[in-house]
Amino acid sequence: MRYLTARKRAEGRGAAHHGAEHHWAMTVSSVGLAFLLPVWLYIFGSTLGAPREVVLETFARPFPAIVTALILVVGMRHFAMGATTMLEDYSKGTTRKVLVIGAGALATVIAATGLFALAKIAL
Amino acid sequence: MADAKRTPQTINRPLSPHLQIYRPQMTSISSILTRITGNGVIVAVALAVWWLLAAATSDSYFAVADAVVTSWFGDLVFTAALWGIWYHFLAGLRHLYYDQGRGLDIPTAEKLGWACIIGSVVLTVITILLVQ
Repeated sequence: MRYLTARKRAEGRGAAHHGAEHHWAMTVSSVGLAFLLPVWLYIFGSTLGAPREVVLETFARPFPAIVTALILVVGMRHFAMGATTMLEDYSKGTTRKVLVIGAGALATVIAATGLFALAKIAL
Repeated sequence: MADAKRTPQTINRPLSPHLQIYRPQMTSISSILTRITGNGVIVAVALAVWWLLAAATSDSYFAVADAVVTSWFGDLVFTAALWGIWYHFLAGLRHLYYDQGRGLDIPTAEKLGWACIIGSVVLTVITILLVQ
């Protein structure tokens, strides 16, 4: 007789060894991004290619600045977690650890750089 | 027998799926495109943030970044990323629908795949026209 339940035997046996919380976090951030993205694409797309004064004036306004900050924070976390899923599928061992840390670092650096630029423009 | 000495690991077994004769399906292609687009747009985000940093820094730095983002290279990266993020957006909505346990039968899933591909091209064109 086996004392382990089917669930206990299955838990942790996937490529990533875990995942329900990860999947839920991706679901939550994807809903947020679904609302943010169309608005941000319009703001960013309209400003790209404009003279510097227009860029500074745009991102100094609260709405474009806050939407951009949200896109950076929510989007870069969503990216880091999505990239982690990909890396967990295709790599293992030390390589996997290095790549997952690297993807997280890249996302964090991009978000921090964007927030710094926004702060400098808006404040 | 020549093979007798070989351990099971060294026997050349055929690979599966057989890539030369693999017939791509809408379901598998639309899935892998979700991954490629989601990860690929980081290039455009990095470029956009660099441009924003340059704008925050100085006129001379902004001139360099502006020249890059308005060059053919910038146009290529941002247009490709625009399609990529719209595709990822629609594929993400499809995932939310799938997660409700809906749309999982093959005819529906294939229609949703086409909707993502065609819809992303349409949204890309609309966005480019809107932000002109």
